[in-house]
Amino acid sequence: MNRNGNTYTFIYASVMVIIVAAILSFTAITLKPLQDRNVEVEKKQNILAAINIETSAEEAEDLYAETITDSYTLNSKGEKTDGDAFIIDLKKQQAKPIEERQLPIFEADLGDKGTKYVIPLRGSGLWGPIWGYVSLNNDFNTIYGAIFDHQGETPGLGAEITTDAFQEVFKGKTIFNEDGEFVSLIVAKAGQNAPEQHKVDAISGGTITSKGLQDMLYNDLSAYLEFFNQKK
Amino acid sequence: MSDKEAFFSKNNLRLLTDPLGKQNPITVQVLGICSALAVTAQLKPSVVMTLSVMVVLALSNVIVSLLRNTIPNRIRIIVQLVIVASLVILVDQVLKAFMYDVSKQLSVFVGLIITNCIIMGRLEAFALGNKPGAAFLDGIGNAAGYGVILIIVGFFRELLGAGTLWGFQVIPEGFYDFGYVNNGLMVLSPMALITVGIIIWVQRSKNHELVEENK
Repeated sequence: MNRNGNTYTFIYASVMVIIVAAILSFTAITLKPLQDRNVEVEKKQNILAAINIETSAEEAEDLYAETITDSYTLNSKGEKTDGDAFIIDLKKQQAKPIEERQLPIFEADLGDKGTKYVIPLRGSGLWGPIWGYVSLNNDFNTIYGAIFDHQGETPGLGAEITTDAFQEVFKGKTIFNEDGEFVSLIVAKAGQNAPEQHKVDAISGGTITSKGLQDMLYNDLSAYLEFFNQKK
Repeated sequence: MSDKEAFFSKNNLRLLTDPLGKQNPITVQVLGICSALAVTAQLKPSVVMTLSVMVVLALSNVIVSLLRNTIPNRIRIIVQLVIVASLVILVDQVLKAFMYDVSKQLSVFVGLIITNCIIMGRLEAFALGNKPGAAFLDGIGNAAGYGVILIIVGFFRELLGAGTLWGFQVIPEGFYDFGYVNNGLMVLSPMALITVGIIIWVQRSKNHELVEENK
């Protein structure tokens, strides 16, 4: 057959596409359960990390079951609603108007350190989504721990939000000022003025990621304001 | 090349060693620069990127070489792209299932592998005209030549930019007390380009074959 003819070219392209599609979908379907499990375990690790418990992937499930005593969803008025907090897709929720959103929250019992409340966050960095979890003390003001992650921020720049050095600073910061107003946290550049208890240092070279993180904290925490105010 | 040629004959060994020196894809052919700038802020992603490119380049070289007599000339670039893209997705899927941590490290670079000019360059220039064995060695050699530069650049950028290597602090804390400061500029992309430039300069001054004549 003429290898430069149209018929050959069409047949070649079609056969190639079918073979490749078959291989790829076969792999994707076979590996999906394993991948989903990895994601689930990682989520549990992240929630635990937000209350300052470091775990390996193997221990995460047991420890999660032990530590996280309750998880539920809220509406914007701070009332409990039906829903499984663990499987809530924040991306879908954030696309809805605030009144219709389901807001997930996780309660952790840390014995003599008291009850902590873990809130999942999601926002945008420079290249893609960033997300994280913050845990609050039961005064609903002081941050007990925080963890952030990202899909594709630049290593060494925006991706530094995943480092302990960056996350450590959040501990003990407060999200309400003395007058009880919600101020969230300022992710500030060197020299930018902001009260110390509401400020963390931005990452040099990662301005857009830092800004995205600041917006994410503000937007996502403000949805819970009613709940915080009722509980305080 | 005769059929009976040994796998590690002199000719084949040159496929492995040439890209490390006078045929280096980055410093001599100036291919794959974009990814070399993007991933080298730290040493670890540089190494992960090197290994991923090696797997993808070697395998796609072999596959294209096996198919070289069947590929219609007019759509050969598309065929190559499909092969490379599928391989990258396969590697990514397998990593996600079995080595989740590594796959998270790699996620941002997957797209960069598909667009890496070295891969298309080697498929066009070598795999389409040579046997699978030689194509495999050519793939490994070029990925290694690419990787060497990535790792050198990543080493200096992480060391001077953050004072760490592979995430561990290597500049003693004491230095900072005496006023030593990490060079923040090293972390940004322009310094990657300048570092690559310095490597090219050093290589050219050692190896005069590479210097073009002034006309």
